[in-house]
Amino acid sequence: MLAGGQSLIPLMKLRLSRPSALVDLNHVPHSAYIEPHNEYLRIGAMTRHAAIEDSPAAARIPILHDCAAGIADAQVRNMGTIGGSVAEADPNGDWAPVLMALGAEVESIGPGGRRTVPISQFITDAFTTVLGRADLVREIRVPTPGARCAGAYIAFKRCAPVYPTASVAVQVKMVDEDFCEDASVVLGCVGLTPVIAGEAAGALRGQAITPHAIERTAEAAMAAADPQADLRGSVDYKRLLIGALTRRALLAALARARGDHVEVSHEYVGR
Amino acid sequence: MSAVSARVRVRITVNGTPREVEIEPRRLLVELLREDLDLTGTHIGCDTTFCGACTVLLNGRSIKSCTVLAVQADGGEVSTVEGLEKDGKLDPVQEAFAECHGLQCGYCTPGFLMSTRALLSRTPNPSEEEIRKGIAGNTCRCTGYQNIFKAVRAAARGALHHTAQGGTGN
Repeated sequence: MLAGGQSLIPLMKLRLSRPSALVDLNHVPHSAYIEPHNEYLRIGAMTRHAAIEDSPAAARIPILHDCAAGIADAQVRNMGTIGGSVAEADPNGDWAPVLMALGAEVESIGPGGRRTVPISQFITDAFTTVLGRADLVREIRVPTPGARCAGAYIAFKRCAPVYPTASVAVQVKMVDEDFCEDASVVLGCVGLTPVIAGEAAGALRGQAITPHAIERTAEAAMAAADPQADLRGSVDYKRLLIGALTRRALLAALARARGDHVEVSHEYVGR
Repeated sequence: MSAVSARVRVRITVNGTPREVEIEPRRLLVELLREDLDLTGTHIGCDTTFCGACTVLLNGRSIKSCTVLAVQADGGEVSTVEGLEKDGKLDPVQEAFAECHGLQCGYCTPGFLMSTRALLSRTPNPSEEEIRKGIAGNTCRCTGYQNIFKAVRAAARGALHHTAQGGTGN
């Protein structure tokens, strides 16, 4: 299945993927859309990252814009799709951590009909999902965050076109300016799947947000990370990076929950 | 495993001219442009979706033509660097790159020109950050980028100037 092709075509060039036939999904009607619908924002599988970046409906959930506006570079964002990203389940991908922090669901379609699965259950391992061979991602459903809910996503990468070295998505639900009712912290690129950092979220949930609580959250996120050393950095480096990104994403999310306008996205040299 | 697949017909409009090509479905848009249409201005740099030398516009949006199959562009409109010059007159983006020395060896330049064209079409008066982000998908190993940034700024000013004068004249 060929969606935007921005991962599949490079994999085919390297002969890491050798499909005998490809079905181009680009001409499937009504597969690219961003529609608010009751309590959900519905995003069609073939929606390009650039369309989400430019969408006023998606901008109402700023963490979606943080992610969409920084994936790879302008050219890749113009072709790559959210459905393709989710279905590929690359541990370095950007969408999965963000959608997990938001509690999004993935609707798939196949010979057995349609089914909807929370994205945390949809991705089961690196490059592995619950999709059967004849199943397709049809739609991503993002629950509309309520009042005093806000999130932020920050990814660090060495330059625009590459995958991030590490990334952190934070979503908070505040009672008032200082007291956090619920939280979610999800780490990207530091595990075979996005890492749901339960203890990091636990350091915020039901707590007054003090500098101490922020520090405990960052430390718990660092402990939850399970990075591999590679050309992007050592295990220790990536863990430190997770700590720094967690603090910054959390501060951005808290500021947004207060109603402040804060711009964050991917960070890289030369931006 | 079959070595060669049956050819399929791809109809695309390239720089305003409708073209029809019979091509193996495995082949890339950049190969169609360079090998079938002899439009060799679009370069293959890394062939790994990194460098952006192969950037062209597909239906007005910049894409890396080494990472799009030719059949995916079927029915679409493609603009390449060859289409920038109009009636013997360089595009303001080309003029700005020449004027500001926004190139050295020139290999990456067609991609930078097309990314800049795409950026300025959508954001005619870009901020410094928008410029840097807009062409971050293009790599230059000669210039160190400073003159490229200057060229994009100059192109934006030039384009604004032309608009203020009520068009570029004929």
